[in-house]
Amino acid sequence: MEKSEILKQVNAIFVDILDNEGLVLTEVTTANDVEDWDSLTHIHLVVAIEKHFGIRFTSQEIQGWSNIGEMVDCIASK
Amino acid sequence: MKTFSQLKKNLKLDYTGLEHIRIAVLGDTATQFLVQSIRAMGYDYGYNLEIWEADFNQVERQVFDSGSELYEFNPTYVVIFQSTHKLLGKYNKSKSEENAQLADNELTLIENISTALNSNLQAKIIYYNYPEINDGVYGNYANKTESSFLFQLRKLNYELMVFAAKQHNFFLCDISTLQNQSGKSNLFQTSVYINTDMVLSIDALPSVAKLTLDILGSIDGKFKKCVILDLDNTLWGGVIGDDGIENIQLGSLGIGKAFTEFQYWIKKLKNRGIILAVCSKNTESVAKEPFEKHPDMVLHLEDIAVFMANWENKADNIRQIQRVLNIGFDSMVFLDDNPFERNIVRENIPEITIPELPKDPADYLEYLYTLNLFETASFSNEDSERTKLYQVEAQRTVLQQKFTNEGDFLQSLNMLSLVEPFTKFNTPRVAQLSQRSNQFNLRTARYTDSDIELISNSDNYYTFAFTLEDKFGNNGLICVIILEVESDKKLFVDTWFMSCRVLKRGMEEFVLNTIVNFAKEKGFSSLIGEYLPTAKNEMVKNHYKNLGFKEAGEEWVLDVNEYENKKCYINKK
Repeated sequence: MEKSEILKQVNAIFVDILDNEGLVLTEVTTANDVEDWDSLTHIHLVVAIEKHFGIRFTSQEIQGWSNIGEMVDCIASK
Repeated sequence: MKTFSQLKKNLKLDYTGLEHIRIAVLGDTATQFLVQSIRAMGYDYGYNLEIWEADFNQVERQVFDSGSELYEFNPTYVVIFQSTHKLLGKYNKSKSEENAQLADNELTLIENISTALNSNLQAKIIYYNYPEINDGVYGNYANKTESSFLFQLRKLNYELMVFAAKQHNFFLCDISTLQNQSGKSNLFQTSVYINTDMVLSIDALPSVAKLTLDILGSIDGKFKKCVILDLDNTLWGGVIGDDGIENIQLGSLGIGKAFTEFQYWIKKLKNRGIILAVCSKNTESVAKEPFEKHPDMVLHLEDIAVFMANWENKADNIRQIQRVLNIGFDSMVFLDDNPFERNIVRENIPEITIPELPKDPADYLEYLYTLNLFETASFSNEDSERTKLYQVEAQRTVLQQKFTNEGDFLQSLNMLSLVEPFTKFNTPRVAQLSQRSNQFNLRTARYTDSDIELISNSDNYYTFAFTLEDKFGNNGLICVIILEVESDKKLFVDTWFMSCRVLKRGMEEFVLNTIVNFAKEKGFSSLIGEYLPTAKNEMVKNHYKNLGFKEAGEEWVLDVNEYENKKCYINKK
């Protein structure tokens, strides 16, 4: 899957879980840029992404991404 | 069941008008999502739950400090979630010679927590039990090694049940069963645990919240009282009208084993007090034939309180069953293999619970186990007699049709009532009726066994429990009155509820005669009544007015010195 397509789908998951219709993610978006994206919500997002793409992240991966781009790379590598 | 994401959307809905209940949640792991799930699930159960969440890992500090925020919050329910992971942590750190004491030590701590909560609060405790972790250190030999973690863990779960059985207000929430049903990989996810210190996976949260709400709801009077059963392909395989009694599948024939085991389950429900009714599209005599003649039938006609077999539509038949039993539609479960029938009933009577039975009858039981439809907050021996009582009620209805005069009919019943204060013998039934009575209940105050004990030991209250028997049988304890001393002249009717089984027998008049005469003897001059409306008790909206009380603002007042005994056909036993 193209990374742009992954980003689009990840964006939709964020919109649903954060209940934030206007949210637009880019590769350089970080947790600090998004309201309500705290460590607990992070795990909720991660689990939703895992389910959506049918993949599993390792615990280190979940803690390791510094922005959306790295998360998308990680999804693409699965 | 809703997912956590779907459930969370409930949090934005309007909670006004829903019953408000205060809950404290204390845990030794991260509980934020659990708290959100419980509040959101509460919406679907009709509750506006105000939840106070203890800071992380503060169970003991909050419970053992009588000046803590927990006690300031003054909750009605206290939910305690101590995890297996933290228990394993304690085990890991303990000296080897102390390993075999883990369960005992933990149980002592839990008993102390329960005692401290009881001395500071009038709250019900909901305690989560421990889903199993087998650390594999002893292999299967752990089962015969007292110092193994597995041994201690299972011992603790068992001892908790023994403890809970002796405590009226300590309820176990069986999340260990959830893990057995859905598997450990569904209840627990390592990455979630490592990153957030949550021991429940995101997917498990709704199920755990539901189980918690099931307990809370049953204590609050929301539980199932009746199962309505379809027959063909639900109780047995095949169609009795087409296949005939020799060919329906039961016992060892074809898929018969699944239906036989299903019937044993239904029979157990009946024995624990669930009323059974039949609703089937069949000719009545044909539908009854297997009950009377098939050697592999587990259920018999005497197990069924109301038997409706005809060709009318099922929604109408279920309304008829409801009229005979006189219980709310929301306390009924309808089991039918046919999706078409399920939908018709669902559209017409949305309050009824109608499980989507799986296509394969072999899956019925496993599916129904996971729904936890039959939560209860009490159990007494009288529960198992209930079907008989409803059948006797049907006989009374037949007798009544022979009399044109109501008074003659009531006279012919030879009714007797035993009137007693609360005693240790009737306390369980009083508490149970307090939780079950929805319709004939003036103020709908719910009391547990321990509340009832407190009230009966208090000088500030007078208590009355009424039984009713007649020539057809004994209804047992059916009405309860609690009078609170408001001043040396006034008695307030704190509680007046009655089982709907004994409506229209003149019990209300008998009860009023009894308490007015009691008030007079004790030198009180007036009785004060109050009606608090709920979704279910409209039946008694004009109760005090009909009995001659005078309206005074929100209250109803009766001058006992001007009272003349009302005519009634019930004698004191």
